[in-house]
Amino acid sequence: MNTEVIQDQLNKKVLDSLAEFIKKPGLACSSDVWRQRGSEIPTAALMLGVNVPDHAMTFRSLCNLLQDSVTPFVVSVHAKECAAVKLLIQKVLEQLMGRGVSVDEEQEDDTALLQKTQCTISALCQWYKTVTKERRRQENKCTQVSPKRKENLAKNDLPVVVIFKDFEAFNSQVLQDFILICSRYTQELPFVFIFGIATSPSAIQHRLPHSVSSLLCIEVFHSLSCTQHLASVFDKLILNSQFPFKLSSRVIQVLVGIFLYHDFSVQNFVKGLQFSMLEHFNSQPLSVLCCQKHEALLSAKILSKQNVERIRHLPSFMRYVETQEPQEQVRLLTNDEHVKEVCQKLLKNLHTYHKNYYPILQCLHSLTSSLPKFPLGKHIRELHVSCIEKNLWETEEYDSALQLLRILAKDELVAALRSCAEILKSANTKRMQNVLQQLEDFLGRLEALQGVSSEDSSGNGVVSAKMEYQRTDLFQLQKTLLEKESRRTKRMNPFEVLRSQVIDFIDSLVREYLTPAEFQPLNEVCYYSSSGVLRQRLNVTPRTSIQAALTHPFYYLKNESLKTNTGTISSAAPDLCIVYKLHLECGRLINLYDWLEAYVTVMSAAEDQDTNSEECGKFDSLKHARFIQAVSEMEFLGFVKSTKQKTDHVARLTWGGC
Amino acid sequence: MALIKCPGYPEDTLRSLAERLPCRETQLATLLALMGQPDQYSYPSVFIYGHRATGKSHVVLSIMKDLELPHASVDCVECVSSGLLFHQVLSAFFGPDAAALLPRCPSLSDFVRLYKQMSSNSPATQTRYIILDRAERMRDMDFSLLPALLRLQELVNDNVTVILLSEIVWEKFRPNTGCFEPLLFHFPDYSKAELVQILSWDHHPSYTPELYASYINILLGVFFSVCRDLRELRHLAVLNFSKFCEPLEKGEAKESDIHKLWKNIEPHLQRAMQTVYLREVSSVQWEQQFFFSPLPVVLSAHAHIELPYYSKFLLIAAYLASFNPARTDRRFFLKSHGKIRKTNFLKKHEKTSNHLLGPKPFPLDRLMAIFYSVVDSRVAPTASIFSQISSLVTLQLLSQVGHDDQLDSPKYKCSVSLDFILAISRCVCVCVRLYRYQYYKFLNDTQPYI
Repeated sequence: MNTEVIQDQLNKKVLDSLAEFIKKPGLACSSDVWRQRGSEIPTAALMLGVNVPDHAMTFRSLCNLLQDSVTPFVVSVHAKECAAVKLLIQKVLEQLMGRGVSVDEEQEDDTALLQKTQCTISALCQWYKTVTKERRRQENKCTQVSPKRKENLAKNDLPVVVIFKDFEAFNSQVLQDFILICSRYTQELPFVFIFGIATSPSAIQHRLPHSVSSLLCIEVFHSLSCTQHLASVFDKLILNSQFPFKLSSRVIQVLVGIFLYHDFSVQNFVKGLQFSMLEHFNSQPLSVLCCQKHEALLSAKILSKQNVERIRHLPSFMRYVETQEPQEQVRLLTNDEHVKEVCQKLLKNLHTYHKNYYPILQCLHSLTSSLPKFPLGKHIRELHVSCIEKNLWETEEYDSALQLLRILAKDELVAALRSCAEILKSANTKRMQNVLQQLEDFLGRLEALQGVSSEDSSGNGVVSAKMEYQRTDLFQLQKTLLEKESRRTKRMNPFEVLRSQVIDFIDSLVREYLTPAEFQPLNEVCYYSSSGVLRQRLNVTPRTSIQAALTHPFYYLKNESLKTNTGTISSAAPDLCIVYKLHLECGRLINLYDWLEAYVTVMSAAEDQDTNSEECGKFDSLKHARFIQAVSEMEFLGFVKSTKQKTDHVARLTWGGC
Repeated sequence: MALIKCPGYPEDTLRSLAERLPCRETQLATLLALMGQPDQYSYPSVFIYGHRATGKSHVVLSIMKDLELPHASVDCVECVSSGLLFHQVLSAFFGPDAAALLPRCPSLSDFVRLYKQMSSNSPATQTRYIILDRAERMRDMDFSLLPALLRLQELVNDNVTVILLSEIVWEKFRPNTGCFEPLLFHFPDYSKAELVQILSWDHHPSYTPELYASYINILLGVFFSVCRDLRELRHLAVLNFSKFCEPLEKGEAKESDIHKLWKNIEPHLQRAMQTVYLREVSSVQWEQQFFFSPLPVVLSAHAHIELPYYSKFLLIAAYLASFNPARTDRRFFLKSHGKIRKTNFLKKHEKTSNHLLGPKPFPLDRLMAIFYSVVDSRVAPTASIFSQISSLVTLQLLSQVGHDDQLDSPKYKCSVSLDFILAISRCVCVCVRLYRYQYYKFLNDTQPYI
């Protein structure tokens, strides 16, 4: 799955405009001498949104783009590396000069000398001059450039782009000093800054005082918001019949939930998708059938006996068997070859189901996405989830959506149907072409009505205006709808008749094609549905797992002797677990000696009952040592810490327990 | 214009210099008088101070450049170590070879020694000048550096003068007793008439200077009350001039119709007033806005930040933890808090608003406790919840108090405003007001008057 390509496409627009911006200043300066913006450093403030994990990719592609098309002098700095101005300058110099050296080997001794002397921007200035001179000479030597272009080259030198990846995290003093220093050299060194800002443009004003920000000529660029980003990734990867691998509704809900509730990171979403794919192919042996159609058919022919048995145990297949005639049922349960044949047929059905499902889903979404209050969801993913989860037409939301559709004004209806027709054109199955034909037929009839029903459309206009007015109250809406319904039975004009036909047609389409995937036989082959595993893996809870490990060591160690019923403390458990369980019974301050006593009691209870008291003393030093080790492990895990409030006591850092 | 005379310097250069430095003739004359003839010893150190954009560096550097005096101009911001300063001075006076002789981490005495050595080889025929711009930064450097530079003439036994430029008065510099007092010299702010004179200098080549001068007059009429910074005014003048000329280019008005032009430009200037000093719109974007939309979109209006769902709640919880006293938590966040006596709850001595006192630090535990009571659904304490806290810190919406490497019980502060929180809580349908101690106190205080 080539998600990077998709992401690149999405970012292309903003990145291109950025590249344009960086190319521009050289020209602007020469043409607009009057402006005297000499000392202003052109600066692009790139608004990236709070999804910080995704930024790395954007910056990588930005760097590549700039290096390919604008200038080789691109530096990107991270706040972590630049705690002081000196370090920041050093970083910039290292990246620039290091790159220069690798390009041009003659200058190696030269730059080495520079690095030995001083790490300043003036040194960079010298280096830049020599490099550009060299470059120009080479260009003149290599190709006989046209005089006009030569002039152009002479005029605008290649800019030096400094990218501040995480603007917010930079120390503002460092930034101010760096900008002040750079502004002194703008005449010789054409700097361009790019600030990667996660929050809002006002962050610049919060960090830089006026005396510094007046040295910058800031332009703001907005990248695509992460929700739009997600929507397009979702469109391309999940709502697509091309990929045989599918997600069940629960899994989608988990992934989207992580995205919306936790991080806004598309990259993490894609990683989750990849993980679920791995998990699916790993855990489901029948996933051999989850591939492109012809390959799937081939592998269905050569299914092993074991896999055939597995197919028979699939719930969806069992359901399918139950619907067959008794004779057929017997054959399906006994004859392997027959199962394979049926399996091929079912796989074919599954593929056609998918091919028809997505166009109709998109049509329904385009019809309902403009309705007030979005009864079927604002995003197509919500619609998709509810479609594959249950019978859509049995839900209340669907009813209300259809009712709203039934009172759509004519021009809205025509526009919606047009967009549906567009979507269907790209679908290339026979049935979809059929549907398209019918749809176009409806469209034609609607248009033919144009002349006839001019006064009707005005009547509808009133209705829709009324709708707008009552949008706030669903109850009222329902009432008016019912009224409308009763009135319509009395007197229907040709448009209304046609409209109800169209809606019925759409309803029939939904009932035919948008059946839940769970009812499709063999859906387990393609659909990954263990959302619990996914949640456990992606949305980890370190604290609960540590607590689980300490209270129920069997959970992780799988040692039979550790199996205990809750509430008791087994002495076979690791020392740490015993100490942990004992400490749960204490208050905020724990007396170490009492704790040790309790520990020894537990330990000796396990040992043979007949140990006399003398031997106890002998073992004590060993137990003592083990106890001390366990306590220090507890301290390391952050459950207790030493305290000065009371001697021989430690403080508990967690609360709760008994 | 009073002719400036100074023996030892070519007269026509002086005249052109005076022409290039409008409204600074007196300062120029005084400086030249101070410097004396090129071969005479000058005062060891001069301290020039004045507000931003009063022409301090410009005047000094123009004198140096036009009269071709030997000088080293150093910006102290650039000097992250004193070694860099020495390096720049030496290479300006004696060439880069001399500067290369400096050891790796040069001390002051290294510098003095090397300077002496070099100046004995090539003694000064003219006074050498060391110009230190933004001298206030020197205070952060080595404490002995400033006193030594003030007496550099004595130390190196050479005809050298140190000129310090700063925006701060000398009283804030004075290192300790016994330090050499430099000559203090103040550059006053420009008056309105002077600003007009200077701004009229960069008139557009395709229009008459008179028109530009009248434009500047209009501009200053609007902005002079809020902004006297020459640089900012210049920026504004450039930004809005094309708008001013629009009727002229369309042929709707002539250059003499000043009133008509004023009517045209005035609303735009009023609007530009809102963004003085902000520089949030680049000049290019500013011009484009006039073509596309009648009202420029002010960028600070975009202050809304989209956050993940739980991050919003975390931020709300952080805000409440920062501004509510900890003892009121029981009242606000516990379902069955029991009866808490009102007098106890609302302490009289907390007269001042919590907002005036600023956010208070709170431990992580308290944040999480409030978070769980604000969020209505059950949330598992997953790793991503905790990583959201640290990402809020990197976005500087929260700030961590104390050491970064504090593992047990880190403390945070909320660094966003009430408006921001109210906007967020509107998104997630939480009534922050119900939880705000300040709000309760307000109600209680106003009740007697209602």
